[in-house]
This record gives sequence, structure tokens and C-alpha cells, in this order.
Amino acid sequence: MRLWAKLEDLNPTGSVKDRAALAMIERAEADGVLFPGATILEPTSGNTGISLAMVARQRGYNLICVMPENTSFERTQLLRMWGAEIVYSPAQGGSNEAVRVAKDLASRNPEWVMLYQYGNPANSQTHYDTTGPEILEDLPEITHFVAGLGTTGTLMGVGRFLREKKPDVQIVAAEPRYGELVYGLRNLDEGFVPELYDESVLSSRYSVGPRDALMRTRQLLHEEGIFAGISTGAILHAALGLADRAAGSGQEADICFVVCDGGWKYLSTGAYEGSLEDAEQAISGQLWA
Amino acid sequence: MAIEVQIPTILRTYTGGEKTVTADGGTLADLVADLDVKFPGLKDRVVDDAGLRRFVNVYLNDEDVRFLDGLATPLSDGDSVTILPAVAGG
Repeated sequence: MRLWAKLEDLNPTGSVKDRAALAMIERAEADGVLFPGATILEPTSGNTGISLAMVARQRGYNLICVMPENTSFERTQLLRMWGAEIVYSPAQGGSNEAVRVAKDLASRNPEWVMLYQYGNPANSQTHYDTTGPEILEDLPEITHFVAGLGTTGTLMGVGRFLREKKPDVQIVAAEPRYGELVYGLRNLDEGFVPELYDESVLSSRYSVGPRDALMRTRQLLHEEGIFAGISTGAILHAALGLADRAAGSGQEADICFVVCDGGWKYLSTGAYEGSLEDAEQAISGQLWA
Repeated sequence: MAIEVQIPTILRTYTGGEKTVTADGGTLADLVADLDVKFPGLKDRVVDDAGLRRFVNVYLNDEDVRFLDGLATPLSDGDSVTILPAVAGG
């Protein structure tokens, strides 16, 4: 039984989203819709926005991020560091609200370019083209791939690649289960399923609550010295569940899980200190993935 | 047989504000039917003619039932079922 970490926290801004951000911008450039001085608009819980901010700054684009107000302070600091403008959306409803606000802004500002990570094929395609091949080259014996479910880009791209090259690999989603505030929609029709999502790519999907995510984040830190964000703890929790299941049925398994971002931008949340109970309480209203 | 069901905020108008309720059922479909007896109207918010509603996720012991047997997923005494609206990340 072996677990393998794909260290996406080692990307330039410290998250897996650097891949999607660069790919979406380069696709828009190739399509002729982005030119120097253009303004990009994007709904984001933070990580994609930070990645876009880095690339936009380098290439001379303006960036406006619509981000829920219940995200860590470091996300705001990092976005501002690269000169992005932030429009805060209400905490209640989480990223769904950010998407709604950004679509409204886009309709009133047609000259802005919304890359729209939830439906942009370049997001999942970059994982098909890069992340998937990297994993298979380094770990040809892979039996399970476990990643977080947000835009679904990582799982759709890597999942499709592995399905083609090694169809027996289990593609498993770990979905963060937030506190109640994030699910505080006015009606169920405000629910959101990213356009990129194709259920048939996945083998299974697990919901992981904050307590388990925090416990595994700390375990990874204390036992392996990997300082990851909280959603990586959720992914690790699902991976360990799969490992237990495989061991229980006497199977060998080589499980690859994604360390999707580093822990630096969650320090202010209180996730890494004190009791698990206190940490869970501290992040209960936060969009922690 | 008692199954614990976590009700999302948006559906607690049906449960008198209760966050956690118990219901019975050999399958998820049976459980939803029993919930509708106890809390009339709840079923229509969770399922439609095609099955689970698009923006509703149901988890059996933290696993998405769409990757089990959907509404035909068998349940056992002591199981925990969580109903949540679909939300974005990113």
C-alpha cells in the first residue's frame, strides 16, 4: 500500500490553479480575445484568481476577481500584491454567489473578458496535457487518482487521460463539506454544477467535512513535513479511506493524491494551531478550499 | 431501522427547523418516501421524475449516492445520509 503526493503546491503561486490560469489566458490570446491592456474578469474562491493575477501582471492585463468575502485574508493580500482588483460577493452562498455576481458584471461590461474557469475547456485540457502525463510517467503502477472537486478541471483532465491510457485506474473526487453559511442559498435552483463536470469520468465521490480535513492536514504536516492547505487534508482523507478499503480486500494499491495548494495562505484561519475543535470552529464560516 | 438524515438549511422549513432527523427505509428511495410522510413536501425538493434533482447531492456515509446505486442504494441501520445543495469551488 503506497500513497504518492503530487506536489502542486510547488507551482509559482503555490497552487494547482497556476496550470489552468496560464492555459486559459494562452487560449484566449490564441483566440484573439485578449490583448495588452484588456480587462479580465473572473469569479474565484481565491486560488485561480491569484494564479490569474500573476500571469495578468506579467502580460499586461487588468484583472478583476469576484471573490466571496469569507475567504482567508491572505487571498486578498496575494491578489493585491499582483495588482488585481477585488469585488467581494456575499459570504452566504459561497462561490455560487461569486459566479452569479461575475456573470452580472460581465453582462454589463461586455468589453471585459471572463475566462470562466467552470466552463472553459482549457482548464481541464491543461490537466489532460500536462498533469496526467506527468503522473503516469512517474507512477506507471498507479491504481487510484484522488483530487479535489471545485471547478472539476483537475479531475476531468487527469481522469480522461488516465481512462484512455490506463482504464483500470480509479478516479476519485474529494469534495470539501463546508459550514452551513456556504450552503445558505435562497433556493435549490441556485445550486451550481460546473459545465466542465462529467460524472462518467469519476469512479466515486466523497464529501469530507472540516474535522477530517483539518486532522489530515495536520497529519501531513507533522508526519511528512508537507505544509498543505486544508483541502489537501480532505483529499488525503479520501485517499486513506481508499487505502483502507484496498487493504481490507487484500489488494495492492498505489494511490496518487494531489497536494493542491500550500498552507501559507491559510495561516490566519487558525487551522494549524490549538485543538481540532477550536480550528473547526475557526474555519466554520470560511470557504476553506 | 433508524437512519440519521442531515437536512440542509434551505430545507429545514419542512422539518420545523430540525437539522438532523431520523427516518426509515431499505433503500434511499424508501427513505425519501418516509421523510415525505413525516415532512410533507420534502420529497419533491429532493427528487423529480428523473431521479435526484440536478442541484441536490445526497451522500451515504459521505459517499455520493450517484456513484452507488442512486435512489436504489440499499441502506443499513446506523447509516448516515446527508443532503446538500451543489456548490462551486475554484
